[in-house]
Amino acid sequence: MRRRRSQMESLEETPGERWGSSAKQPLPKTILVLGATSAIAQAWMRLLAPQGASFFLVARNAAHLDSVAKDLATRGATAVHVEMADLDDTSGHDELLERAADALGNLDCAFIAHGVLGDQAAGEKDFAVASASLQTNFLSTVSLVTWLANYFAAQHHGRLVVISSVAGDRGRKSNYIYGSAKAGLNAFLAGVRNRLDREGVQVLTVRPGFVATPMTAHLPQGPLFATPDDVARDILRAIENRRDVLYTPWFWRWIMALICAIPEWKFKKMDL
Amino acid sequence: MPSKAPVFESWGRYPKLDVRVEPLFWTDEYPRGTRLPPSVLPVGMGRSYGDVGLLEGGTMLSTRGLDRFLHFEEATGMLRCESGVTLDQILQFSVPRGWFLPVTPGTKYVSVGGAIANDVHGKNHHVAASFGNHVPRFELVRSDGSKSICSIDENPEMYYATIGGMGLTGLITWAEVQLRPIASRKIRYTAIKFSGIDEFLSISSSSRSECTMAWIDCISQGRAFARGIYMQGDYSEVLEPKKASPKPRLAVPFDFPSWALNRTSMRLFNELYYRKQLRRQVTGLIDYEPFFYPLDSVLHWNRIYGKRGFLQFQCVIPWRYGRDGIIAILETIAESGMASFLAVLKVMGEIPSVGLMSFPQPGITLALDIALKPEVTFPLFERLAEMTRELGGRLYPAKDACMTGHQFRSFYPQWQQFEQYRDPAFTSAFWERVTADA
Repeated sequence: MRRRRSQMESLEETPGERWGSSAKQPLPKTILVLGATSAIAQAWMRLLAPQGASFFLVARNAAHLDSVAKDLATRGATAVHVEMADLDDTSGHDELLERAADALGNLDCAFIAHGVLGDQAAGEKDFAVASASLQTNFLSTVSLVTWLANYFAAQHHGRLVVISSVAGDRGRKSNYIYGSAKAGLNAFLAGVRNRLDREGVQVLTVRPGFVATPMTAHLPQGPLFATPDDVARDILRAIENRRDVLYTPWFWRWIMALICAIPEWKFKKMDL
Repeated sequence: MPSKAPVFESWGRYPKLDVRVEPLFWTDEYPRGTRLPPSVLPVGMGRSYGDVGLLEGGTMLSTRGLDRFLHFEEATGMLRCESGVTLDQILQFSVPRGWFLPVTPGTKYVSVGGAIANDVHGKNHHVAASFGNHVPRFELVRSDGSKSICSIDENPEMYYATIGGMGLTGLITWAEVQLRPIASRKIRYTAIKFSGIDEFLSISSSSRSECTMAWIDCISQGRAFARGIYMQGDYSEVLEPKKASPKPRLAVPFDFPSWALNRTSMRLFNELYYRKQLRRQVTGLIDYEPFFYPLDSVLHWNRIYGKRGFLQFQCVIPWRYGRDGIIAILETIAESGMASFLAVLKVMGEIPSVGLMSFPQPGITLALDIALKPEVTFPLFERLAEMTRELGGRLYPAKDACMTGHQFRSFYPQWQQFEQYRDPAFTSAFWERVTADA
C-alpha cells in the first residue's frame, strides 16, 4: 500500500546534536520501522504520527501491517509506506533498506523492534531452535544495522533505535538463548555507537523489562509489567535527550544492577 | 466463590466468577481454530456493572488490544475504528479536531464495542436516542469464521440484533461512529434545585437543553423526599481552541472497609451535595469533563464500596405510570436507607433505539448504586425489580446482577427472536442466568 508520497526537507543539524548537549533534539520526521506490528513500535509511532511524521513500515503480516498503517494515517502521519518482509531472510535487507530510504526521501530514524521470545526449553534440546532465535534476535539486526550504520555515517546525522532487553544483561536459565542474542546485540550496538557518535549519529539501545505485549501475554502479569505506552514515551524522551542506553521503566536499571552484582558462585545456584 | 481474587471483575465487583481472559491484539485473531474452548464472550473495558460482561467456564476475549483508528473523514466526522478503542481515546483524538461523541454514558472508559453491545445512552437521550443510533456500520465475526458487514442495508437483522445484543451475536471487530461537531470544549450549564418529582417533571418539560439529567437524593424522607438538582447543558457555540484532556491524577488506591459507607455517611453526603448549591439556580460555562464525566476524574472509584462490591439499579418506567411509579420506587428505596450518593433521574425521549434488545424506552429512568449487604440488598432489589415489572418498565442488563429469568423475559419478550441471532458459541453469565429456567 502506498500513500501520499512525502516531500522530505533535510533536517538542520544543531550543534547540540553533534556534541550531545542537554538541549532537546528535534523529533524525527522520516522514520523506518522494522517489526512495525510490535506493540512497542505501534505505541511509539502513535506518539509521532500526530506530529506529521512519515513512516516506512516493515513486518511479516500484511493484514496487520495494513491496520497499523491505517491507524497512523488516521492519526495524522504525512505518509505511510508499507512492505511485507520476513527479516530473518537477510539476503533481501540491502534492497529493502534502499527502497525505504528512496520512498521517504531520506531517513531520520530507524527503529528496529522485531524479535521473538522463543521457546527456551525447546532450544535447550534442539540447536535449530536456538539458532532460529539468534537469527531473528541478533543476526538479522546485525545485517540491518550494517547497512543503516553506513547510511547514517555518510549522512552525518540520524538515529538508530534498537529494542534490546534487560534479558541481555545476564544469562539466566529461564531464557538464556533469547538473553544471549540480546547480549550480543548490546555489545554490537555499543561498538556501533562508539563508531558513529563522532559522525553525529545517535545509537539508542532500549532495554525494556516486562512489557504487556502479545510476546508476554502467556505470562502471569505482576506489578513489574509496564504498558507499551509507558515504554514508548520513555523511548521518545531518550531520543529527545540523545541518550545511549535506556532501561524502561527506569527501575530496571537498578534491578539489573542488583542482579549483575550477585557473584557467579551464588548466581549459578539461584532460580531466576 | 473462588478463594483467590478473580482475574477479572465487572465494575460492580459482583458476582465474583472464576473467569479466563484471552487478549486479542488483531481483528483476525478470532476464531483461531481449536485452541479456544467453545464458549466465548467479548469484553472491552469491563465497565458494565453486573454479569452481562462475565463468563464462567469459557473464555472472555479482551478487545483492549483492538485499539486502532482506521479512518476519519474530517469533513463529515465519520470515524471508523477497531472495537476496543475507548470513548476516551476517541475524545483525545476528535476534540482537538472539533468533533465530539454523538452519545456518551457517564464514563468515557468504555470501548466502542461495549457501547454498541449495551446500546448505551446519555444525557442527550431525549434528542439523540442511544449510541447504536449513531453507528451506521460495523463488522461482525461469528464463531464459524464468517465475517459480515452489518448496517441497515447489509445484514439488517444481524445489525439490529447486535446493537444492544450484549456481545452475544459475535465479535464486533470494527465500527463506524458518526461524531458531532463542537465549537469548543465548554458547556453552557444550568443547575436548578428541585424538591419532589412534580417539580422535576415540570423543569424537565420546560427544558430545551440538549443534555439533561438530575441528581436525586434517594435517602431523605419527609419534606426532603425526592429533592435534587436538575442539570442541563448545551455545547457552547463560541469558537475556541480545543486541546485534549490531561490524564486524571486521582485514584482510589485501596478497597474501602465495608463500614465506610453507611446510612449516616450517605445521609451526610446527600445533605452536603444538596446544600453546596446555595441559590436555586446556578448558570455558568464549564468544561465537558466535569459535566459529562464527574466520576472519571477519580480512577477506581468502585473501590469505595469495598471488596464486596455493589449493585446498580436502573429502571425505566413508561409515561403511563411514570410519575407515580417513580415515586413508589423512590419511597421503597428511601425506606430501605440503602441508597448511596450516585442516584440519577432522567427523562428518556421518544426516538426509538435501533437495537432489538436495547434498554431505552420513553419514560423516566432512575439509576443508583446500592452497596452490597446480602441480607438487605437482595430482598430490596427483588422488590424493586418486581415493582418495575408491575409498572410496565424494564431493567438495564448492563447494570444488573440479580433480576430473575422470569423478570428478564417479561421486560424483553423479544428475547426469543433475539436468540435466533445469538452466536451459538457466545454466551455470558447474565444470559445463562436469565434463560436457564425458560
